[in-house]
Amino acid sequence: MVARVAIQTQDFDVAAEIAALRAQDKRVGAICTFIGTVRDRNDGSTISTMELEHYPGMTEKSIEAMIDEAFKRFDIYTARVIHRVGLLQPLDQIVLVVVTSAHRGESFQACEFLMDYLKTQAPFWKKEQTPEGARWVDARVSDDAALARWGITSGNLAP
Amino acid sequence: MRVNVKYFASIRESVGTGAEQVETTAATLGALRDELIARGGAHAQSLARGRAVRVALNQVMSAEDAALSEGCEVAFFPPVTGG
Repeated sequence: MVARVAIQTQDFDVAAEIAALRAQDKRVGAICTFIGTVRDRNDGSTISTMELEHYPGMTEKSIEAMIDEAFKRFDIYTARVIHRVGLLQPLDQIVLVVVTSAHRGESFQACEFLMDYLKTQAPFWKKEQTPEGARWVDARVSDDAALARWGITSGNLAP
Repeated sequence: MRVNVKYFASIRESVGTGAEQVETTAATLGALRDELIARGGAHAQSLARGRAVRVALNQVMSAEDAALSEGCEVAFFPPVTGG
């Protein structure tokens, strides 16, 4: 059984992760993956590096809880979330979500649900290095709206 | 009672520490936040009312009316930006 959540500094191999998740599981007929990567531009500035901070313990717990929620909502077989922390550069992979199911609809939906949830509920923070200096990335209202589509109030930007 | 307070990201940077033990009479998360604001300085600025500050109690996102208990872990942080 593959662990459902990993927070790590090192990169991940998408093909190896998928292979491990579906190994010998003949029920699986659909696999959806999402990979988030570091862009070289954000809010009008060039990004040279990005540092990711998390809350050890709570971050893992919150992702476990959101995977539990995905299992309640969707008919899926397995799910795995890997999120990198530490210093990253443009082109680097940041996050991986993989979901397996019998049919594509459930894994597509679960994958999107997990990312919408992670964006506003898992304790991670990004700090970008730009030519104007370092700055913390602002949370987006659109991410709260994305989670609202699933009937969940984010509260991420609430005062 | 004594509680363990953690700060993350921009709040950690502005208060100048990631963790501290706080001796408090506050009964709830919100009352603790007000106590820390009352210290003035960086705490007042970073935790100010009207700012988007999220609070976790024992590593679960919590509302400010949640009750504190001896030795609990409280964390203050800005809106999250992972993914």
